Amino acid sequence: MTIVVTADGETLDAPVDQRFGRAAWFIVYDSLTKEFKVVDNRQSLDAAQGAGIQAAETISRLGAECLLTGHCGPKAFRALAAAGIRVYSGAGGTVAEAIASFEAGRLTQAAAADVDGHW
Amino acid sequence: MTVAIASGKGGTGKTTVALNLALAIDGPVRLLDCDVEEPNCHIFLNPSIQEREAISIPVPFVDEAKCTACGECGRFCQYHAIVSLKTKPLVFPELCHGCGGCAKVCPTVAISEVEREIGVVETGASGTIRLVQGRLNVGVPLSPPLIRAVKRRTGDGGPVLIDCPPGTSCPVISALRGSDFVVLVTESTPFGLNDLALAVEAVRALGIPFAVVLNRASTGYLRVVEYCGRESIHILLELPEDRRVAEAYSRGRPAVEEVPGYRLVFQRLWRDIEEAAHLQRAAGGVVHADA
Repeated sequence: MTIVVTADGETLDAPVDQRFGRAAWFIVYDSLTKEFKVVDNRQSLDAAQGAGIQAAETISRLGAECLLTGHCGPKAFRALAAAGIRVYSGAGGTVAEAIASFEAGRLTQAAAADVDGHW
Repeated sequence: MTVAIASGKGGTGKTTVALNLALAIDGPVRLLDCDVEEPNCHIFLNPSIQEREAISIPVPFVDEAKCTACGECGRFCQYHAIVSLKTKPLVFPELCHGCGGCAKVCPTVAISEVEREIGVVETGASGTIRLVQGRLNVGVPLSPPLIRAVKRRTGDGGPVLIDCPPGTSCPVISALRGSDFVVLVTESTPFGLNDLALAVEAVRALGIPFAVVLNRASTGYLRVVEYCGRESIHILLELPEDRRVAEAYSRGRPAVEEVPGYRLVFQRLWRDIEEAAHLQRAAGGVVHADA
């Protein structure tokens, strides 16, 4: 399964970026092979509007099935839901810790956006 | 002649200058309040509103029966107003700029355009002033189409004054385009200087002649004057801080009607604007951007 985690850096030790649309990096983690790659999200970081939608397009193209992040706004959530990507907001700590929590079943799937746009 | 009153920084006195000029000019004058997020000229003029017209932009509507989820629309849209994530497209009308591109690139003609109201244009009169103002609906982030709608309703007779929104981004450019002359209102503060320099760059890029009105000129901060000297920018008028003007403003009353001497100040300012515009046109070298 392909899990995307928003990250403040390029390693598994980096903190989870609390923002989705304007996250600095996406860590794309394969739960079967335990391998990961890093994707730069600075394109969305600089967008005036629609950063969350653009980020949803990006991780959809990366084949994401699950997203682990801090918070997710309404437009991003709608786009992610349409793409069939499950959202787990409320992730914290390092990327590795978030993945471990997810794999241990300690994160809950979000049923809706948990913040307003542009929070 | 069309004169736009702009500034980089907000709160420097654009409305004060536009409004007092409109009241000081003899004969008919048209005042366009293009600060459509918070139009305020009407507070001072109490115009009788004669026309009120809703303004819309076209946004996409997807016929899902015809859509093959090819994703062309989403790849075309630079604003992420329509996205197709291996699925039928999602539309975010609030991000749409109304360009119509998604409908044009759709190979199965599944996209048509529907109208989405973004605000109203109101036209009214107060004495010899024809006031046209835009009012953007709450929650709409896109003002340029409404600003252009205000300008299309300029009407006939007398000079045109445009009260611009602050800043240097798309709304300001929409308001400035096609003007014969720009008055940049700034204040004698570091913020005033910083944003004036940005506004000067924008106006120079548009190729419109301009000059500066320096408000709150009595702060003791001299760098705005120094900057204008270095850049060979003409300062048309320096207005000192004047409590009487501020008090009149806070009661919704214009300086030219409340504070002795100000009518003459703004009559002179208008004459100086006409002269500066004439001189800069005669000097050539200024190429007008397309309206």
